[in-house]
Amino acid sequence: MSRILKDPRLLLLIAIVAAVITGLGADQMNLYYRGVIIDIGIAIILAVSLNLINGHTGQFSLGHAGFMSVGAYVSAMITLAAQKSMGAEVLAWMFLPALLVGGLVAALAGLLVGIPSLRLRGDYLAIVTLGFGEIIRVIFQNVEAAGGASGLSGIPRMTGLTWTFILAAIAVYVVGCLVNSTYGRGFIAVHDDEVAASSMGLNPTRYKVTAFVIGAFFAGIAGGLFAHHKTTINPQVFDFMKSFEVVVMVILGGMGRTGGVILAAIILTLAPEFLRAVAEYRMIIYALLIIFLMIARPQGLFHFGRKRKPLTH
Amino acid sequence: MNEISQQLVNGLALGSVYALIAIGYTMVYGVLRFINFAHGDVFMLGSFAGFYLAPQIAKWFPLPSWGGWVAVMAATMIICAIIGIVIELLAYRPLRSRPKLTVLITAIGVSLLIQYTCQHQAFFGASQKAFPPLLPSGNFSLGGLSFNTTQFVVLGVTLVLLAALTFIVKKTRIGMAMRAVSHNSAAASLMGISNSFIISFTFGLGSALAGAGGILYGMTYTGIEPLMGVSVGLKAFVAAVLGGIGNLPGAALGGLLLGIVETYAGGMSGVSTYRDGIAFAILILILIFKPTGLLGSKQIEKV
Repeated sequence: MSRILKDPRLLLLIAIVAAVITGLGADQMNLYYRGVIIDIGIAIILAVSLNLINGHTGQFSLGHAGFMSVGAYVSAMITLAAQKSMGAEVLAWMFLPALLVGGLVAALAGLLVGIPSLRLRGDYLAIVTLGFGEIIRVIFQNVEAAGGASGLSGIPRMTGLTWTFILAAIAVYVVGCLVNSTYGRGFIAVHDDEVAASSMGLNPTRYKVTAFVIGAFFAGIAGGLFAHHKTTINPQVFDFMKSFEVVVMVILGGMGRTGGVILAAIILTLAPEFLRAVAEYRMIIYALLIIFLMIARPQGLFHFGRKRKPLTH
Repeated sequence: MNEISQQLVNGLALGSVYALIAIGYTMVYGVLRFINFAHGDVFMLGSFAGFYLAPQIAKWFPLPSWGGWVAVMAATMIICAIIGIVIELLAYRPLRSRPKLTVLITAIGVSLLIQYTCQHQAFFGASQKAFPPLLPSGNFSLGGLSFNTTQFVVLGVTLVLLAALTFIVKKTRIGMAMRAVSHNSAAASLMGISNSFIISFTFGLGSALAGAGGILYGMTYTGIEPLMGVSVGLKAFVAAVLGGIGNLPGAALGGLLLGIVETYAGGMSGVSTYRDGIAFAILILILIFKPTGLLGSKQIEKV
């Protein structure tokens, strides 16, 4: 029984079925709760995809909001164009392809960021990804078609519970299976010791770029969901603070720990809703939490016992 | 022609501020091998220290005046040096033997803590504040370029501080110790050099320069706000990488170059809206094509 439960394909199936069932009941749900739950789903996709880059592969990206914005803008521009030229019934069929194209363009951006990363490590990489995020933002601010500084509005509200959680389940499944596959052990090897990994015949550059591309793809998908959930986007939404929020989720959950990261994504998305009274202290609390965690519990808050399963079964 | 040369003066003034901050990044990188993300915020605190000190100092020295200005500069540099040392002591010292990434994340945390604490109404508040005039205004020309007093002082102070810093690093015993720690900290500690003291000293020195940069920035641009350390700090970091991180003259050169490039780009139509992206584009290009920077030397990683 426990063996069957450990099969990730089965877990994926269960998650998708659960997402569909919850989605069916979504119409009766309070709009506010539904919004928050969709936020959680998007946060899970973002955190799990960043976890592949920052956690499993041990790179440090501060530009996740940049990839997210690429997906958000591209998919929103597609659906806005579809809304203008076609009817509502066609629009419904455009949503998933639009998300997919957004994710692919974001993956292309990830490839662009990943390529210079082959010469950089640690803190340099952090700064370059931060720089890329800022450049993407400056570009969107200046592109007429993307609405400039005021951004895009009137995006059709198409993100529902069902698709958000199906996509979140797929993101968790893909990242989880990838890292636990024979090929994917390379990500962890690069994380643990790049020099040792390359002397064992692995190509660290390829792993890093792969991590960036896959991470950026899912960030783009999350961005698309975000755009069709909030219906308005502008460049300021995707600033450094947005990237940092995702980084906090990954650190809090324990870098490279999928379960912990999902838990952190849920908690950190819910926390501001409960802590409206102390909203002005939110970032101060985040900052203190990060400093405290790094000094006292660098392995993350939700990490107990051994770090990884041994290779042998 | 006149406009082009005038832009050069503006660019040099901006570049001087970048240079003063870039030196702090480079020095800390030299001894600790990590990017002190909170350095840009020390620069911001320097500006605000000047803002709040000026009315106090005006009780003894009438402001704007040269004497009062020197007093504000000196007091701000001391305050910033103390802030820098305290940050290192509380946040970075407990992590001395941890992976670099841990320290980097902590530095980001410290940076955000300073920004958001200062933005709170109990401290500076989020709105922009007008930096008080510290120097009597005036204009004069030198070699066909016209300067106002502030621009001239910004350039002059930067040169004097750079000269003083070069003297400290090259000619004094403590400077020798700094170079030794930067070269090989384990060997330096075996030679009886206290690593902790040198690291504290480096933070103090770098933060004092950032504080001076804060005052000069306030004098040049007059508007100061708690988040200004982010973009200026990041650009100063780019300047440090441009010159070759760990290299003091490189940081100064990189700062001045970046200031000039940004000012010219800001004046060009069609490019000006991309001004804030230019520094990062330079950073990415330099890291791809010459990661050691303009003046840096290649380092071989030992396993």
